Amino acid sequence: MEFTDWIADARNIVFLVIGVAIIGSAIRVVTSPNVVHAALMLVVALGGSAGLFLMLGAEFVAWTVVLVYIGAVIVLFLFGIMITRAPTGRDSVQLDHARRWPAALVALAMFVTIAWATTVSFGDALIADRVVRAEDLGAVLFSRYVIPFEVVSFVLLAALIGGIVLARQDPER
Amino acid sequence: MSALFDNFWALLGLKAVVAILVILNVALVIIFAELKISAHMQSRVGPYFAGGRYGWAQPLADGLKFIQKEDLVPRDADRPVFKLAPMVVLAGTVATFVIIPFSPTLVVRDLDLGVFYALAAGSVATIGVLMAGWSSANKYSLMGGLRAAAQLIAYELPLVLAVVGVVIHAGTLSMSGIVEAQAEPFFHLGQTAIHLPYIFQGQIIGFAIFFIAMLAELNRTPFDMPIAESELVMGYLTEYSGIRFTMFFLGEYAGMFAMSAIASSLFLGGYYFPGLDSGTFGPIVLMAKVGLLVFVMIWIRWTFPRLREDQLQSFAWRWLVPLSLVNLAVTATFKVVF
Repeated sequence: MEFTDWIADARNIVFLVIGVAIIGSAIRVVTSPNVVHAALMLVVALGGSAGLFLMLGAEFVAWTVVLVYIGAVIVLFLFGIMITRAPTGRDSVQLDHARRWPAALVALAMFVTIAWATTVSFGDALIADRVVRAEDLGAVLFSRYVIPFEVVSFVLLAALIGGIVLARQDPER
Repeated sequence: MSALFDNFWALLGLKAVVAILVILNVALVIIFAELKISAHMQSRVGPYFAGGRYGWAQPLADGLKFIQKEDLVPRDADRPVFKLAPMVVLAGTVATFVIIPFSPTLVVRDLDLGVFYALAAGSVATIGVLMAGWSSANKYSLMGGLRAAAQLIAYELPLVLAVVGVVIHAGTLSMSGIVEAQAEPFFHLGQTAIHLPYIFQGQIIGFAIFFIAMLAELNRTPFDMPIAESELVMGYLTEYSGIRFTMFFLGEYAGMFAMSAIASSLFLGGYYFPGLDSGTFGPIVLMAKVGLLVFVMIWIRWTFPRLREDQLQSFAWRWLVPLSLVNLAVTATFKVVF
């Protein structure tokens, strides 16, 4: 397909805008000199990914990203940063890391792997049985994918217990 | 006229304009109600001269006064974050208006995921509160922002769990779907069908939990520790002035309306009232139910002292969360058994 044809589709323009916003804010997350700014840029990046899910018609996943990641995880990030150390303006502590180039390389390799794996395995194929509505999603989750679902809940339970063990203070010592 | 309604973008623009006008007007009416009701509860008259009679123009005059004021930004503040924060809070509140059904047809968009969307959109406002608290470069603001965030996290859980009870009852997440499910007759007494909203179909504990969590989410007394004047000046609002303060203010009162409308739709039957045609009287019925809930919220504000911070947290985690889990289990059991 020619680029002119591709850009003529309004959906592709929206995709382009969201994609550029995600990449730009993701770069700012790692380059920003202020931790709070980095966390807020992460909000933009996650909001953009929610937008991409919306474009794909996966409404439930999109709102889950907003509710769980933006509404809970980032709030806890910000809470943790602000309750410990959060100067406005430039942070006095060096946020950079000596091994930033190996880290960038790993990130790039990760991207290439995921992009390559998904394009090779799916190609241009359309997914036949689209599970979009919350009702269908629930039905599929509790019939076909019930074992992975239970495994994930077990992992979460283990993480929960781990969190309690780490946060607990023994009265004896 | 029908050509205008057929065009998706024209209709979307029209809906957005109408929704924003409704939000503004409703916020002004609630502010006026708060001024008058609080005055009468304290044996005062309240606003009296503005607008000729009853002081009806007082919120308008207040709004104009705020808009004229200088938009101050403290020297040490983080300018972009400071300026964006009120917009994030207001946007999060306004976004919940999308799914509120005023009648079977009068709704911006009846999403399949209705309630879930409203909870997700509402949770974005928390980020705005934290942004406002941090970027002001003021310890009172920071403390207020942190308290607000801790409170929102703690009360979000019982709020969601109370909603899940209703969703199990109705079998759908769509707001209109939930209202329609309540319009179905609950049982028949001889020949007459008895219609009951969910609050009388066993969700009364769910409603109580939702209402308490709603007060906490809106930072209303007795849960107004984040803006406790006696210790934190105005919390995260301390450094704001002019139009940006107005945005927070409007957001708070628009949020009262949005949450009350969601509560009425989930528990009180929304736009449905037995014997009245939902198409014609729907908006009036919903407004009456919202008005009742808003009155109760104002009443509570001017009656109770505020909770201490640790009491507030232990109330959420030790009482409301377990209670809402029990409510959920009981609702699910009844749904399966009957």
